[in-house]
Amino acid sequence: MDYNWNWTVLFQEPYLGWLISGVRWTFSVALAAWVIAMAVGIAVGVGRTVPSRPIRFICTAYVELFRNVPLLVQLFLWYFVVPELVPDDAGRWMKRDMPNPEYVTAVVALGLYTASRVAEQVRAGIEAVGKGLTKAAYANGLSVGQTYRHVLLPISFRMIVPPMTSEFLTIFKNSSLALTIGLLELTAQSRQIAEYTFQGFEAYAAATVIYISIALLATILMHGLERYSRIPGFISGGR
Amino acid sequence: MGDFDFQVIIENLPFLWQGLQMSLLLTVLAMLGGIVAGTILALMRLSGVAPLSIFAATYVYLIRSVPLILIIFWFYFLVPLALGRPIGSFYSALIAFTLFEAAYYSEIIRAGIQSVRRGQVQAGRATGLSYMQVQRYIVLPQAFRNMIPILVTQGIILFQDTSLVFVVSLRDFMTDSSIIARTEGRLIEMYIFAALVYFVICFAGSLFVRRLQGARNT
Repeated sequence: MDYNWNWTVLFQEPYLGWLISGVRWTFSVALAAWVIAMAVGIAVGVGRTVPSRPIRFICTAYVELFRNVPLLVQLFLWYFVVPELVPDDAGRWMKRDMPNPEYVTAVVALGLYTASRVAEQVRAGIEAVGKGLTKAAYANGLSVGQTYRHVLLPISFRMIVPPMTSEFLTIFKNSSLALTIGLLELTAQSRQIAEYTFQGFEAYAAATVIYISIALLATILMHGLERYSRIPGFISGGR
Repeated sequence: MGDFDFQVIIENLPFLWQGLQMSLLLTVLAMLGGIVAGTILALMRLSGVAPLSIFAATYVYLIRSVPLILIIFWFYFLVPLALGRPIGSFYSALIAFTLFEAAYYSEIIRAGIQSVRRGQVQAGRATGLSYMQVQRYIVLPQAFRNMIPILVTQGIILFQDTSLVFVVSLRDFMTDSSIIARTEGRLIEMYIFAALVYFVICFAGSLFVRRLQGARNT
């Protein structure tokens, strides 16, 4: 294997600057999308468990739709197709005046896609709390809203912290798809460095190490949260 | 939106079908390879031999921390370098997907193996079977039967993930759709059609998984 090693390339300008800017974009896409994913995902996940049939149907349809189309296709739909389908004025605005179109599109697409996965975790969490507690709450005279607010959500949110950790990691990894619409996040920057310098090994290794550090950091943070939020006697802390 | 052009889809169906075949081929091969490699990793992880289980655990952790696109780039770059000559992007992609999926399958398979009760392993050992024989004749057959629904679900995810070969321009269904979209200037039609095709296949797959689970629960 012929290969000229040159690790110093990673610390030269402009390449170091590219990497740093890539990390910034990765974080800003992932974190902003996470906010959308949590908000929409919790709403949809709760919606799948409520007594009302139409709401359940809509929320189930949302999950099935967003889960069964590849994220890449969704990204292209938001980027290329949606501006053509909305009313003319809005479309013109999206195409011409919207600030940072790649960023906004990536955040919306990734957020709504991840929402469908978050919704499944939320639903599973609520179902795991069990019918018994729900019935007990109703028997005590709590309304549906009160049952969710005081019984189901507080317990289920604390139980789903571990699976949410892996969703949180996944959103960082999935943010790399934004490169397909031209957003220069971490993976895109490492590829660009590889193409400019022919030092593919170093460039991809740098990105890999950074992603692994993000994963480690997120795992440690969420572990802390897990320990803090664990309910004694419920499955997560059990055994 | 009144001028949705079905013609462009119909005219290009043979080309799209070729792409879809590529996506399916990649899915099936990477799934088979991933399950084989994943089984080996899971057995290493559970073997109780420290170097093997540390290797397997590290491998799984590393692969699962990194985006699939980066792994595709890695192998696109590494495979020709290691072989000393260029090979088609298909093989690079296939290797990347197989090794990537192996990490995910190994976690599924590990859980499946652990779902087989310990008493069965002990009974097997007590009747004089070796470790490998116990795995082969007692644990793995039962574990795989328990795992079929999850393995299929992972296959559906893999099928969706194959669309990412778009980043190295391998001619799968996604790449072909976008080629037509751009050359014919019909982005709306092609991307909606692509979404529809993926949706129908994946949704049908998930209904199939539900039936499998239903059949198992009764």
